[in-house]
Amino acid sequence: MTTQVLEQNTGFKLSEWIDTRPHHFLLLLVGVLGFLAMVVYSWQHLAGIGVEPTLTAALGKAGSAWVTMTLAGLAMGLLIFIMASGMTLVFGLMHVLNLGHGAFITLGAFVGGSALAALSGMVHADSLLANLAAIALAIVAAMLVAGAGGLVFERLIVRPVYHDPLKQILVTVGGSIVILQLITVFWGPNEIPLARPASLLGSFSAGDIVLEKYRLLAVAVGLTIYAGMQAVINKTRIGLLIRAGVENQEMVENLGYRIKLLFIAVFMAGSALAAVGGVMWGLYDQLIHTHLGDLRMVQVIIVIIIGGLGSITGCFYGALLVGLLFNYLSLVAPAVADFASIGLMVAVLMWRPQGLIPVIRV
Amino acid sequence: MTEPLLKLEGVHTHIGQYHILHGVDLVVPQGQLTMLLGRNGAGKSTTLRTIMNLWQASAGRISFGGQDITRLSTPQVARLGIGYVPEEMGIFGQLTVEENMVLAARSGPMDDKRLEWIFELFPALRKFWKSRAGTLSGGQKQMLAIARAIIEPRKLLIVDEPSKGLAPAIINHLIEAFTQLKRTDTTILLVEQNFNFARSVGDSVAVMDDGKVVYSGEMATLAEDQALQQRLLGLSLDSHQ
Repeated sequence: MTTQVLEQNTGFKLSEWIDTRPHHFLLLLVGVLGFLAMVVYSWQHLAGIGVEPTLTAALGKAGSAWVTMTLAGLAMGLLIFIMASGMTLVFGLMHVLNLGHGAFITLGAFVGGSALAALSGMVHADSLLANLAAIALAIVAAMLVAGAGGLVFERLIVRPVYHDPLKQILVTVGGSIVILQLITVFWGPNEIPLARPASLLGSFSAGDIVLEKYRLLAVAVGLTIYAGMQAVINKTRIGLLIRAGVENQEMVENLGYRIKLLFIAVFMAGSALAAVGGVMWGLYDQLIHTHLGDLRMVQVIIVIIIGGLGSITGCFYGALLVGLLFNYLSLVAPAVADFASIGLMVAVLMWRPQGLIPVIRV
Repeated sequence: MTEPLLKLEGVHTHIGQYHILHGVDLVVPQGQLTMLLGRNGAGKSTTLRTIMNLWQASAGRISFGGQDITRLSTPQVARLGIGYVPEEMGIFGQLTVEENMVLAARSGPMDDKRLEWIFELFPALRKFWKSRAGTLSGGQKQMLAIARAIIEPRKLLIVDEPSKGLAPAIINHLIEAFTQLKRTDTTILLVEQNFNFARSVGDSVAVMDDGKVVYSGEMATLAEDQALQQRLLGLSLDSHQ
């Protein structure tokens, strides 16, 4: 209603503006929502400790709380993005809804955990560089194993059902059960503790602002993956092919490109990205178990839907919104924080059923 | 008689339970522009898609330069040097004009001389080089679709209804472009409903009806014989000028 009045009075079209400048809109939305949440939190906090709340005092208190929770939210959002990016990439190009994606997250966590165990000397070394190198090697190992697993999964499970979405759901779920059982065979049924390297424990603090070290790493890895994906998609020939294939697969083949090879490469990349998410989330939780991936799949699917199925940029912003909203609400209204992402998804679907930044197909 | 570059012998195509092509025999001579005419639903577009193996022939043989291509995949057919412009043009609307062209230049960077020649054929493409292809007009999209198909030398260019839905001025521009293309010895197979267009550029012609080729010969012969046009197409060329 407010939007309609605004449009009638000013000629300003909110939806058109969002379509042409989605990044501006989403950053503005995140900023405004976050700051409002922190003002409310600070108001509650000041009242709780017996100080008469005023807007000035609340704004002062809000600043540091906002920075702390924004970083926590960004870290959580980027961890979700890392896990979701592979799934949205696969859906965008191949139109395959791979509900077995969670199994690759779990596989990555276990392979990464084993690699870190094998590199315990580097993990426990009193050197940030050695610690980071151990994590990097664990991520590479997880990506290699999950990528190879993705190759087998695509050939055996996904390829026979490319044009049947219902069967895709059934067989990818079935395939994930097989992978999880194999993980149980290799690593056993018990939870495995995963210790963070010494230099990534604890936090930095400046005044009231507290920045957890591992979350900073998660932000750095998430932003690096997003920037890398954008660079590959927008600056390389393979990215050009992927963008063209998302729009019109048949025409890509008419130009002489074998789209099936591209499908295999993208599926392997998607599985490898899931594995990176598994390693990072395993270190975040400091515990790995066979349900790690499945538990994260709810959030993964939510951010993909919010962002627009198949959209990498949409997935990025969707994940940030989910991560930030959860963290802000954890302070202001903890009781509803767990349901916030579902509420956000419902709100976005009612407003823009195609998602925030939809993919356009022929 | 010029050597055939493309030859279809008794080609049948089924789409699901429907039997669309009923034994198509078609010859496309080397270095000529062959028009494929026929009423709506005669099977013209299906014939082109079957050549590209977008729909697989259920029987018969398709040969290109003497090589049997009936069972080759679409990318393999394209890599033999066949450029195909589908009826809906197949433009990647989210990519820029430049990116559409870069993608079509499969073997490497675009040849500057050839690109300059294409800009002379279709000046609008230079103007909108950095624009999203989806923002182009219908005529400009058709120009881009054809330009994309010829950015590298092709042995055969197949175009499905290039003039469909375009203004007369744009159609005249396309006629000029195809006339220039013929001078480069490119073999062309065109499906077309616009008979003035067909007569202007066609060397040879094949007419389809009910999933079969019912007539083939010189375009000039068909253009001069109104009774034949009436019998094959239900109208005369003169009535469509």
